Amino acid sequence: MLNYQFDWSIITSGKYFDWLVAGLITTLKLSAISIVLAFVLGLVIAVMRMAHNKPVRWFAHAYLEFFRNTPLLVQIFFWYFGSYKILPAVVNDWLVSTNFEFAAAVIALTIYTSAFIAEDIRSGILSIPKEQMEASRSAGFSYLRSMQYIILPQAVRITIPPLVNQFLNLAKNSSLAMTIGVMEMTYQARQVESYTFKGFEAFTAATVVYLVLSILITTLVNTYNEKVLNLHKAA
Amino acid sequence: MITFSGVHKWFKQLHVLNDINLHVTPGEVLVVCGPSGSGKSTLIRTINQLEPINQGSLVVDGMDLSDKKIDINKLRAEVGFVFQQFNLYPHLSVIGNITLAPIKIRNTPKKEAEEQAMQLLTRVGLAEKRDAYPSQLSGGQQQRVAIARGLAMRPKIMLFDEPTSALDPEMIGEVLQVMQDLAKTGITMVVVTHEMGFAREVADRVVFMADGVILEEAAPEDFFLRPQHERSRQFLRQLLTPMQAECS
Ligand SMILES: Nc1ncnc2c1ncn2[C@@H]1O[C@H](COP(=O)(O)OP(=O)(O)O)[C@@H](O)[C@H]1O
Ligand SMILES: [Mg+2]
Repeated sequence: MLNYQFDWSIITSGKYFDWLVAGLITTLKLSAISIVLAFVLGLVIAVMRMAHNKPVRWFAHAYLEFFRNTPLLVQIFFWYFGSYKILPAVVNDWLVSTNFEFAAAVIALTIYTSAFIAEDIRSGILSIPKEQMEASRSAGFSYLRSMQYIILPQAVRITIPPLVNQFLNLAKNSSLAMTIGVMEMTYQARQVESYTFKGFEAFTAATVVYLVLSILITTLVNTYNEKVLNLHKAA
Repeated sequence: MITFSGVHKWFKQLHVLNDINLHVTPGEVLVVCGPSGSGKSTLIRTINQLEPINQGSLVVDGMDLSDKKIDINKLRAEVGFVFQQFNLYPHLSVIGNITLAPIKIRNTPKKEAEEQAMQLLTRVGLAEKRDAYPSQLSGGQQQRVAIARGLAMRPKIMLFDEPTSALDPEMIGEVLQVMQDLAKTGITMVVVTHEMGFAREVADRVVFMADGVILEEAAPEDFFLRPQHERSRQFLRQLLTPMQAECS
């Protein structure tokens, strides 16, 4: 270890640099797509979890328990290897011709994270005074429309801190996608390491990328949050 | 416009509405008063089915509320409701509060909805507050915005559940003034209130409730000068004594 020769140039230029950049872009794409989908799905599951209709409520409850309490890695493998077995051949052929690893990773990250997001949003919804629902119902909005225009916008706003956490978790968890061959940041760092034996440099680069990504997400959400919240703060 | 026939309602064991029979004609201003817990809020909330009734029949603007097939959202859009605690949408500006339902439910174009909202805001004396948020307004201002929000759907009926009870005394007048102006427009109003000055001047009829029963139903002058029931006399005594002490 003491004889280890640091060589940062390997990762700052040339082929290996290109690999790392490709990994970075894949990680960004994977995280961004999954965050948006997980947020939307989380909203839907949260509303279903509070529905008056019992089967709907139970379905959402089972969904939450199931996906929060099984390891993400198993879920990634499930969508990658498992769904492959139960889908018709035509669909499979089409999937293989597309970027199936990426799709499986998006599905797994989305569903897994949506379960956590749904729970956070549900507690947000519960903290909105019931009079808000009464006011919107008496204005003539249906239950779902009331959720859409009155309750969820308020619930999401107070749920922002836990939501940021879930987004960060998702971005970090996206590194597990390498296990099914998605060529994201960690995968590429590993590749660079095995070609160059410069593991320290490669994984330092990956670490910095995840750190910057986390800071980016936090800043983005907080900026949005402050802009919106400042608008209706007490004078 | 509104007809209660033999209406009953229970909260579990509690008999909150006991054989209510009441008819409100179009354009009438009806004041409902009575001691706390007598069922006034429940009564007024059955009119737009915020509380469903358990027995009897209730017909509002030609719609029978016991009929499962009616579109309750359509009825509610025709009936404005003003709450004791205002219940404005805190994440929306004043203009956003007023235009939300017209835009989303009536599909009124945004520009038109905003013009109409500005007319209403002018009417309640708050045109300059169009872009303020509810938390930046006083209670009296919030309640006036809430009235404008209700009127934005051009309702045939406006319901008020103790609209001034949560207000500081100096703000009660501004809200009552708006309601008094509104009463002159010929809209049907049902107002739960203890503001006896308002009842005397504006109401066509006063209903006195106690323990879920309508004990008295009379023109304001009769109710105030010749209350028939011992409970009404007691209620009026309690209401007037501290108020006169406060005012003089
Ligand atoms: N949602 C509810 N569940 C159970 N009891 C209720 C509910 N709402 C009101 N009540 C009870 O019903 C009675 C009448 O209440 P309410 O209509 O609010 O009276 P008022 O408006 O005249 O003060 C009270 O005893 C109250 O505690
Ligand atoms: Mg009440």
